[in-house]
Amino acid sequence: MSLRETGAVTGVGETEYLRGTDRTPLSLQLEASLRAIDDAGLKPTDIDGVIPYGLGAVAEDFITNFGIPDLRFSATTPMGGASAVAAIQCAIAAVHAGICNHVLLAIGRTGYSGGRIGTRVQQMPQFRVVGEFEMPSGAIAPAQLYAVMARRHMELYGTTSRQFAEIAVSTRNNAMLNPNATMRRPITVEDHQNSRMISDPLRLLDCSLESDGGAAVVISAAERARDMRQQPVLVMGVAEGHPDSPSVITQRPDITTLGLAKAAPRAFAMAGVTPDDIDVAEIYDCFTYNVLCQIEDAGFCKKGEGGPFVESGAIRLNGKLPINTHGGLLSQAHMAGMNHVVELVRQLRGQAAAQVAGATIGLVTGYGDMGDGSIAIMRRA
Amino acid sequence: MAEYAKLVPSPTTDTQPYWDGLNEGRLRLQRCADCGKVRHYPRPVCDACFSMNVAWMDASGNGRVHSWTVTHHAFHPGFKPDLPYILVTVDLDEGVRMQAQLRRLDARELRIGLPVRVAFEPATEGLTLPVFVPTE
Repeated sequence: MSLRETGAVTGVGETEYLRGTDRTPLSLQLEASLRAIDDAGLKPTDIDGVIPYGLGAVAEDFITNFGIPDLRFSATTPMGGASAVAAIQCAIAAVHAGICNHVLLAIGRTGYSGGRIGTRVQQMPQFRVVGEFEMPSGAIAPAQLYAVMARRHMELYGTTSRQFAEIAVSTRNNAMLNPNATMRRPITVEDHQNSRMISDPLRLLDCSLESDGGAAVVISAAERARDMRQQPVLVMGVAEGHPDSPSVITQRPDITTLGLAKAAPRAFAMAGVTPDDIDVAEIYDCFTYNVLCQIEDAGFCKKGEGGPFVESGAIRLNGKLPINTHGGLLSQAHMAGMNHVVELVRQLRGQAAAQVAGATIGLVTGYGDMGDGSIAIMRRA
Repeated sequence: MAEYAKLVPSPTTDTQPYWDGLNEGRLRLQRCADCGKVRHYPRPVCDACFSMNVAWMDASGNGRVHSWTVTHHAFHPGFKPDLPYILVTVDLDEGVRMQAQLRRLDARELRIGLPVRVAFEPATEGLTLPVFVPTE
């Protein structure tokens, strides 16, 4: 049994993305949800499954606010930034099993106006081991934890900061075309090289944004999707994967390999396609380095070749593998990757702000705080 | 004495011997009491034989640099006076890895495989933290 093309994304929605709001994560999440439900041509009461991201809302909030008469499925996929894409697998399993018809995946957050990352991670259960053994020494935020991975990659493979810069610049170029991106001023490689050092080798322009907003998608069974408002986007393959020692990066035998390396071959096998078939990819970009590493782990190039791959211009909008066409977490907004799912669906419908001509098959990844990976491969039906 | 402003660990019964060891100037590692596999950071079950029988051993304290970062931004106010500081991941001779701050070396001299040894720094009442220094 396989989930291949048994589920579809039938609705997507986003709020305006901001850096500064007095609204609550719940309010932002519900607004994005209403937009996604409307995009699908459904009424809020049609939703009978929900997977909240786990910030600011629980299943009960959706029942209360939408008057859902009979919610039949609720779950959480607590994998940090891998949650949104991992939730796609969870939702499709639920609709395919006949548990429910339409599952809402939603996130709302006040990452800019509310608690910032250095404070937030100390309260997350997946940071328990880091909290006891590494935070007392001053290893506190993801930027520091990933800097160690990036440094090792640089030492082993000759990867350079200028190659990280290419990811930042390319992503910003895409954001400049997107009216709902928060960072739309052009940047150059030199701007990146001159940006302040956060935790060497990661500079300010290697880091993603802290954002306020909400994003949501609706997942429905494939056979039901055919009769809905939008052209369905079918999920061809989907998987999650966990790195060896997901609780602490530093304990991993190979810190340059992520959970995605386990998930990607399974997703491609399920989908029946190869990396060469992918027209557009939305890659979780909490930091530039993580994009480079995931390009390798997804199979677009060999381990260690991510630097030259991005340097070739391949990930630009007109390159052979356009990446983060919406501006990503680096320049659009940090919606924990739900905005990446929204963008992939828009690309495959032909509705994106920075549209890749003829995009038919695409890929989206999620990346959790300690390297958990998730991936979905989709096609226009 | 000013109040200690940095993050402090909350040891459990599984991990307390590690912290007690640091206070005594010893780097203690868990070793499976049945199959002998050394593991770190401390946890309840051996992933090789699934035994929950734990022994503790004194590590040599010697290892080699695996990777590093130099932090220039204070993600917690308590660490602001330390900026910039070097965090190293170190492969210990016992086959496990740990992370701590590095002392007595310029970051430009760091490389994978550089020999280091553990040292002990009293942090606050009842808390000693491990640090690494270059092996002479």
